[in-house]
Amino acid sequence: MTAIPEHHVVGRRTPRVDGEDKLTGRADYTVDHRLEDMLYGYPVPASIAHGTLESLTLDAARAMPGVVDILHHGHFPDLHRSPNSLRQGDAVSEVRLPFEDDRIHYHGQYIALVVAETFEQARAAAFRVKARYHRDAGVVTGLAASDDTGEEVGHYMRGEPELAFGIAPVILDETYTIAAESHLQLEPHATLAEWRDADQHLIVHESTQGVFYQRNALARIFDLPPERVEVISHYIGSGFGNKLFMWPHAVATAAAARWLGRPVKTVLPRQQDMMTTGHRPASRQRIRLGAEFDGSLASIQHDSLTETSTVDRYVDACGGATPSAYACDSVATHQRILPVHHGTPCPMRAPGEVSGVFALESAIDELAVALDMDPLALRLKNYAHQDPQRGLPWSSKHLDRCLESAAERFGWASRDPRIGSMGDGDEIIGQGMASATWFAGRQPCAARVTLRADGSVFAACGTQDIGTGTYTIVAQTVAELTGVPVGRVEVRLGETRLPAGPLSGGSMTTASTLPAVAAATRDALAALQEVATGPGGDFDGLYPASLGVEAGALVAEGRRVNFAEILARHRLSGVTGEGSTAPGDERQAYSFRSFGAHFVEVRWDPGISRLRVARVVSSIDVGRAINPVAARNQVEGAIVMGIGMGLLEGLDYDPRDARLINANASDYRIPVHADMPELDVELLDYPDYRFNEFGARGIGEIGLTGVAAAIANAVYHATGKRLRDLPITVETLVSPD
Amino acid sequence: MRTFAFARADSVARAVESQQGDPASAFVAGGTTLLDLVKLDVMRPSRVIDINALPLNTVERLPDDRLRIGALVTNTDLAYHPDVLADHPLLSQAILAGASSQVRNMATTGGNLMQRTRCPYFRDAAAACNKREPGSGCDALHGVNRMHAVLGGSSECVAVHPSDMCVALAAIGATLTLHGPRGEREIEFADFHRLPGTTPYLEHDLDNELIVAVTLAPPLVPLGAAYVKLRDRAAYEFALASAGAMLSLDEELIGEARLALGGVATKPWRCREAEASLAGKRADTAAFEAAADLALADARPLSHNAFKIPLARQAIVRALRDAARRAREDDA
Repeated sequence: MTAIPEHHVVGRRTPRVDGEDKLTGRADYTVDHRLEDMLYGYPVPASIAHGTLESLTLDAARAMPGVVDILHHGHFPDLHRSPNSLRQGDAVSEVRLPFEDDRIHYHGQYIALVVAETFEQARAAAFRVKARYHRDAGVVTGLAASDDTGEEVGHYMRGEPELAFGIAPVILDETYTIAAESHLQLEPHATLAEWRDADQHLIVHESTQGVFYQRNALARIFDLPPERVEVISHYIGSGFGNKLFMWPHAVATAAAARWLGRPVKTVLPRQQDMMTTGHRPASRQRIRLGAEFDGSLASIQHDSLTETSTVDRYVDACGGATPSAYACDSVATHQRILPVHHGTPCPMRAPGEVSGVFALESAIDELAVALDMDPLALRLKNYAHQDPQRGLPWSSKHLDRCLESAAERFGWASRDPRIGSMGDGDEIIGQGMASATWFAGRQPCAARVTLRADGSVFAACGTQDIGTGTYTIVAQTVAELTGVPVGRVEVRLGETRLPAGPLSGGSMTTASTLPAVAAATRDALAALQEVATGPGGDFDGLYPASLGVEAGALVAEGRRVNFAEILARHRLSGVTGEGSTAPGDERQAYSFRSFGAHFVEVRWDPGISRLRVARVVSSIDVGRAINPVAARNQVEGAIVMGIGMGLLEGLDYDPRDARLINANASDYRIPVHADMPELDVELLDYPDYRFNEFGARGIGEIGLTGVAAAIANAVYHATGKRLRDLPITVETLVSPD
Repeated sequence: MRTFAFARADSVARAVESQQGDPASAFVAGGTTLLDLVKLDVMRPSRVIDINALPLNTVERLPDDRLRIGALVTNTDLAYHPDVLADHPLLSQAILAGASSQVRNMATTGGNLMQRTRCPYFRDAAAACNKREPGSGCDALHGVNRMHAVLGGSSECVAVHPSDMCVALAAIGATLTLHGPRGEREIEFADFHRLPGTTPYLEHDLDNELIVAVTLAPPLVPLGAAYVKLRDRAAYEFALASAGAMLSLDEELIGEARLALGGVATKPWRCREAEASLAGKRADTAAFEAAADLALADARPLSHNAFKIPLARQAIVRALRDAARRAREDDA
């Protein structure tokens, strides 16, 4: 692969091209989208978590003004399930169809969908639906309340971890837990479904991270050819993973639209959004470390248990990053899952690994204390210079630089490691650190680029911008290669009519999408070069490839002609290029990961048991940042989310009946502005050209990993309490009186 | 759609009249509690009377120097009112510790007194709640009750009164002016909110009446005041425990002390015994801790909130300490 030698636009701080649309309300979010003659759906949630729906009383609801119909088990079309295959591109989050039977598997499961002329009418009628249940015994309220160790679903081993642990002079064996967390994305899940052509053509607006997965799944469920299903998602008010794959509200809404012959829109109220569209499952992890007196790791064992639902088998693979984290000959990970009576969990920003990194990076800190070593020095001592899991060199790894640079900016050298030693008035300062890591992946992607007669460029790709800035980096890429200003590049994303693009997830969008956009751009330029060098062209007789591209013009022999002039001369509306790219064989030769380091300062006021994060200094190594403004924004947002994970967030299920009781944005706490510390984020700029021509690895998730561990480690430094259960709340910190 | 009659009142008398004796009628001012709970189907008013046009939005100084606050004065306006800042800094601090700027801009003085609990079982129409549905039981008693009361609860209800402003009012002392079908009457703030006992659905002492004003007791002189609110996150968050303290100091001896608690009790919680214990004592940690012990002597934890007792103790000691410091500064 050849590097782009000069980066005029790529790599430059670029304001979001969709910023004005978002600011002015023109941005077409699903929740805002309206169609004429549209009806509104409002689901009715089950109020128990485990049992049978015995009967529904609908008379009062049906009699409410504006109510058109109420769909429920026994009054719902026969549909097919999706095969739920990632490989075939029809994965869904919950396989069970809505209203499929009368079983209740979790609190909030839909028992009916009220459809009415207005949202308020649908909601009011939904409150009037009365249900009678038979509650089954044996409700499983969460893994914390269960002795069940679940079912093993994955493992990894190298060397002799048990043996090495048995003979290591210094050992550590601790258990870490993390509460279930909600994505609490700003835009709730929403579906607007419309049928055309005598019910043979389904058009769905959905707030989704993957229009193609949803299209394919809907085609399976409604038994239609995929080309007869369209999914549109122009703007997404974030997802953090819970909009990767379709949830039942979309199926119910599409079915209602066909059943009633009118478009139907369902916007989930926050409570139902939190109950029915996934969460990071609670986890319990045991870490065993064995080390020599000099700090060399002899053994790492990482056993994870995560929750799933009773209807699906979701695996939150906590040990994913562990085998490649440190130079250690003997490593084992085990992953188990336990079905509980909650809604089905799903990926949430850095799924699995963020939980695993909390446990591992906490344990490393504990080991450092046991060894009386500086935790930064312990990490460097066990630095994995190549990938110990695959025995391959890293494509580009600068974790050492992250650690050193962040330590320097933070002032780690002046930290007094003695517990509670750094006082400031009523407060004690605690300082802790942790490493961050997230895999770097790439998916196949296609794109189309048209150089238009007016000199502007149109770029299209069926991936999505979930708020991270994909529109902007696509425009930057086209601008980079054509020399046309960013403002003259129109980008369209989020439609299944466009060339197939990847899921917006796994921090893979940038690395997957830009090469395809670049290929399409080059293809369009080649088409234009052909036109220009053809008969009657401005450069008639020259070799097409000999023409240079400069600021929206073709140049050769001291002459430059604008794209628009060339197209006009040939009476062309435009020339179009196609590009389709996929990962190559680079993975045979290298391992690809992103890295980072977080240094955290907490302030602990023991007199009032108040703990706050005061300062975070991070260095992140993700290759090249295509748009440093948006990239920094991703890391800063992730750090704030990490503060939530560390100190605030947890879904509360009633220990008696597994009812979710804090399903709202007030009682489920995420950090507010006043919780946000001073943030100092550095993006190292080491382009990873072994990964793709742009040198970019993706930045959505890396910033979250390690934050909670760095906080917990800082809390230990301040308080002397080693807290292994997230979130760390005042209960565990207040001194009993 | 659930419909209700809606009327805009142009006078206090007409507002009261508009209720037509209907117990399911509700006044709406800022709407920060009512609208939320209507959307959740927890409050189901049959008639809503908009009182925002009533002339109750001023703070005036009475001839006896007390401050009389109109019921429609917003929380924001009250917190930043120069007379309030000068005479009753505790009230300003407490208000600004609550909710968010957006909510404080809408919420009113009378509405703050009337706000409903944040108990999640109260706010979930499918749960058992004696406050919402008399006789249905209390799911909080043995459920997730981390946020619930350790003082003033009963076997029927342990819901916390969520207000910060009312904690300051409890400490300062205030008289409420109520207007009802039989005209105006005054009651003490301390008598306004009721303990749940066996009737948790009766939350206050209104009888088809509208709160028209809150008149604050005269301030202590010289005054030190501190509101300490301990909570999970730094803003937009209800208290786990809060303490409002006021002290007057004569040299190092406490003249008069006031203390009230929030986040731990079923109503704004004045600690009279603790206050009495402080009078005439040296303003030091030992006195503050002894007062805290007295204030919490009757505290009874539930399954998930034992931590609130030591936490409230810390809030009290810190609030008294800071109040004393400010009294010294004021004196200096």
